[in-house]
Amino acid sequence: MNRILKSRLFWPIVTLAALLVLNVIVEPQFFSIRLQDGHLFGSVIDILRNGAPTVLVALGMTLVIATRGIDLSVGAIVAICGALACSMIASSPRPGAVSTVLLAVGASLVLAIVLGLWNGLLVSVIGIQPIIATLILMTAGRGLAMLITQGQIITVNSAPYKVIGGGYWLALPASILIAAAMFAITAVLTRKTALGMLIESVGINPDASRLAGVRSRSIIWTVYVFSAVCAGIAGLMISSNVTAADANNAGLWIELDAILAVVIGGTSLMGGRYSLIGTLVGAFIIQTLTTTVYTVGIPPEVTLVFKAIVVIAVCLLQSPAMQARIRNLRRRRALAAQEGVAA
Amino acid sequence: MNQPQPVIQMTGITISFPGVKALDSVDFRMFPGEVHSLMGENGAGKSTLIKALTGVYQADSGTVLLDGKPLAISGPARAQDAGISTVYQEVNLLANLSVAENIMLGREPRKGLGIDWKATRAQAAELLAGLSLDIDPASLLGSHSLAIQQLVAIARSIGVQAKVLILDEPTSSLDSDEVAELFRVIRRLKKSGVAILFVSHFLEQVYEISDRLTVLRNGQLVGEYLTDEILRIELVHKMIGKEVEVLEGLGHKSRTSVEASDDVPFVQAVGLGRKGSLAPIDLTVYEGEVVGMAGLLGSGRTELARLLSGADHADSGELRITGKQARLRTPRGALKRRIAYSSENRKTEGIVDDLSVRDNIVLALQADRGWFRRIPKKRQDELATSYIKALNIRPANPDALVKNLSGGNQQKVLLARWLAVAPRLLILDEPTRGSDVGAKAEIQKLVIELAENGMSVLFISAELEEVLRLSHRIVVMRDREKVADIENDDVTLGQIMTLIASGAEE
Amino acid sequence: MSTQTALPATDFSPKGARRYLPNARYVSVLVTLVLLALMFAAGSLSYRGFFSGQVVLNLFIDNSFLIVLAVGSTFVILTGGIDLSVGSVVGLSTMIAASLLRAGWNPATVILIVLLAGSTLGLLVGLVIHYFDIQPFIATLAAMFLARGLCYVISLNSISITDPFFTGMAQTQIPLGPDLYTTPSVIIALIVVAVAFFVLHYTRTGRTVYAIGTGDQSAMLMGLAVTRTKILVYVISGFCAALGGVLFTFYTLSGYSLTAVGMELDAIAAVVIGGTILTGGSGYILGSVLGVLVLGIIQTIISFEGTLSSWWTKIVIGGLLLLFVILQRVFIARKR
Repeated sequence: MNRILKSRLFWPIVTLAALLVLNVIVEPQFFSIRLQDGHLFGSVIDILRNGAPTVLVALGMTLVIATRGIDLSVGAIVAICGALACSMIASSPRPGAVSTVLLAVGASLVLAIVLGLWNGLLVSVIGIQPIIATLILMTAGRGLAMLITQGQIITVNSAPYKVIGGGYWLALPASILIAAAMFAITAVLTRKTALGMLIESVGINPDASRLAGVRSRSIIWTVYVFSAVCAGIAGLMISSNVTAADANNAGLWIELDAILAVVIGGTSLMGGRYSLIGTLVGAFIIQTLTTTVYTVGIPPEVTLVFKAIVVIAVCLLQSPAMQARIRNLRRRRALAAQEGVAA
Repeated sequence: MNQPQPVIQMTGITISFPGVKALDSVDFRMFPGEVHSLMGENGAGKSTLIKALTGVYQADSGTVLLDGKPLAISGPARAQDAGISTVYQEVNLLANLSVAENIMLGREPRKGLGIDWKATRAQAAELLAGLSLDIDPASLLGSHSLAIQQLVAIARSIGVQAKVLILDEPTSSLDSDEVAELFRVIRRLKKSGVAILFVSHFLEQVYEISDRLTVLRNGQLVGEYLTDEILRIELVHKMIGKEVEVLEGLGHKSRTSVEASDDVPFVQAVGLGRKGSLAPIDLTVYEGEVVGMAGLLGSGRTELARLLSGADHADSGELRITGKQARLRTPRGALKRRIAYSSENRKTEGIVDDLSVRDNIVLALQADRGWFRRIPKKRQDELATSYIKALNIRPANPDALVKNLSGGNQQKVLLARWLAVAPRLLILDEPTRGSDVGAKAEIQKLVIELAENGMSVLFISAELEEVLRLSHRIVVMRDREKVADIENDDVTLGQIMTLIASGAEE
Repeated sequence: MSTQTALPATDFSPKGARRYLPNARYVSVLVTLVLLALMFAAGSLSYRGFFSGQVVLNLFIDNSFLIVLAVGSTFVILTGGIDLSVGSVVGLSTMIAASLLRAGWNPATVILIVLLAGSTLGLLVGLVIHYFDIQPFIATLAAMFLARGLCYVISLNSISITDPFFTGMAQTQIPLGPDLYTTPSVIIALIVVAVAFFVLHYTRTGRTVYAIGTGDQSAMLMGLAVTRTKILVYVISGFCAALGGVLFTFYTLSGYSLTAVGMELDAIAAVVIGGTILTGGSGYILGSVLGVLVLGIIQTIISFEGTLSSWWTKIVIGGLLLLFVILQRVFIARKR
């Protein structure tokens, strides 16, 4: 029991469960999933599908935060990659061809890698604080995206492209499958190689890691590239879902949602031990919150206030100061119990 | 009874932290117009005593009298108000503000709503002039040398009508001219009746400037002495903790030199040095040899280890590894040449506290292989369990987080990490500090075994017995220089202490 | 007299000459100033009508609210913190003002309530940061959501303001000479700048702000009121954001929940371009004002240049941020 309570996932999971229970109470149909035209539908599927881009971005963000960094530029990268892919498809003579789409997707991801390399360069080689280094691309990136779209909202009419964000495969939305695949790849990439351990080591104690011969520079560079690639895929997904690239609004505030998902999931902004599962739970909490607001019948305009309150609550519960207070309280109660037994 | 009343009289000061008694009923006093040195090795309780005096820590028990009147030091501000000022080791001033502000901030003269800068600068200039310092009060503090910053810090502290001025390691980063300047200022202050508490690792300086000494060891008071009446060798004994007679009689296992298998040493440093931390030094370590390094804290022992391991860059001299010249730019480069360095700062430069015992053990080996080629899980477990068994690490659980282990066991985990990379030279800086007797003996035994198997070991420790017991050869450091390099046959503890205290020439 | 006799020992003359060279600590502000002058010169040479007093005055008129925000952010950033909530607080302020005015409240009371609301939110943020040891980034992010959410709660639609005092403030032009005018908002902004300058340079609180940014441990050991000041900067930032919101309503005469989205980034960018180091401890209020003017002049040039699209603004700002961050990096590296 104590171990469960101590787990960093305890409060996030309780929060998610509470939200789900709340939904079921208000709407008993909440968990029902129906099959229609070979596609699955239902509230849970909606949460998963709408949460997919946040999950993707949060995955990359988790690794960045584990190295004591932060990546504010992911929203801009989302916009840039969506813009590039859509403008390439829209300007191609055969927008519906699979080859066109593959080319556009490939080019966007290469661009994402370049942007990640840029962030990594600023952070690990030039030594600029992560928050500032990525603020630069956050600011300039929206401009770049608009440069690509020439300030227009580019709509694309391409069936293969639509699949990424709006299509179905094996009865499930493709976006869920893509996010799941990326989650699996991330888990394998970090836990089946030594990357995860070295990332944590650099995040927990950079000096000790240096003395142990860890190549912090290349590790930090890697996580920024990975974060950018995740954001790039999310950008493709978002633009595909709405069949348009909106340089202004695509991925707006997604960096904040992603950071929140990571923090709620129990990974400290101070770096170190990270939990991909925690991030997943965190992202779902954020998405479920939005859904809950609708199902419970809270006016949608209150969503943000609700979100702010949950964020504050989870952050306060996890803050070291609060944890210490809770520990003290428990110790005192245990002592009182012992004395009671002794008496 | 013509002795004046002490300005500070601390009696029976006890301070405990979870698991340790940092100060155990310590008495301490200072007289006006004297320079008083507080002596002791690491963990003796010097900094705890200073922090008790400056209000950073609250004593669990004991009393403090200031000018004969009881004083409750509830915090740093209270101590300052009472006239107890401190200049900390790392200059705790603000480099981005002006000299005048650094001296006056917190008690600047006001005009109307705001600060009267003209008067502030004038007062600062006056204080600086009082110390005969020729610097512009309007200039940025950060634009001055560390020595000047130190003097500015002193100017700040005497500004508050200081009765007691605490100088914690004020000379650790100063050159000899700068030290002379500081001493001039100290003597000037002394004349004006300020009691100065001087903490330094440099015995020369202690003997030059101080009138009285208080020696602490393991949180307990050893005694208070007049500087003129205590010989250096006696002082070193008091600090390290063995009486001369007892030690001379104590037999120790003398170890003869290794049969030099070949003439090329594994590591040879020629004139290796770094400005401001280590005078150029020669050192050789042969294969299978244990070279012990003795010297007080701050004598240059750790500095040398850092140069040999690529943790710091040398700016003079050269390093030869198996006869070939090598430039070590990073610890990674040193590890590639199979030189491993176990830092004395176990917490900040050693363990990765949130990772498991297993991860900590394989860290250096894994870093060497790169992230992509992970050491197979099975091999990791083998490594971890074999080292846990060989070094008797407790708890014997590879999944335990290192932060939950005791100090001695954390040290063993670190040893395991370095042994896992199979180094040819292992540099151990204070590997037994904070370990209990059992763990100490185990680590010592291990060092001997490793050397017998052909590994070279550079063994740095403040505990001289340990150095004597393990080493084939002993290098003695003093004031950032090598003062002796002797074969360990028939060397006595007393001889080493003499070397530490006064150098080879005396 | 005693001062007089003590002084001769201190001889400043050899160093006196050095004072005529630009002091190293003003370099980053000077760079911004030169940049601003160059941009203005380039604009004047390229476009007819650019070289006029009114163009300069318009820089202030169009950015008065941003100047106030940048002042607040300067305080926070000087301590090494960051405030992401200012944009939302501007939005919230316009909403509170517009809705209360619509309900017929007295404009003076309304402005007071708005300022109080902003300061209170800032106080809460400061308390949370200090007592729960939560990073400023996260705490102000939560405040950002909260403030924006409250905007939506008040109304999803734009509320226009018809109050005579507010419309009066919006339309008043203060003549400054032939064909030159400014607005009350600019005057208010400049008063805020002056007060902030005084507080930062002539009060102990202000010096403590710098001290915290340089090293809060050192500041604590020097006996300065670190805790109080750390919380106070968020109150100041909240107050400035609310005042910025009031000025914004003078400018737009409406309250809208999507007002000033992302304006916190403009404020932070202005502060950084103005030479303040994001890790704290070094920077100047006047630099931040110059930073706002640089942002303003980019907009002006782009609007004069009809063919250049608006998105270049963001790219140029990003480029400038990069320039200044690398500049700071070089300076810090050289200092060591």
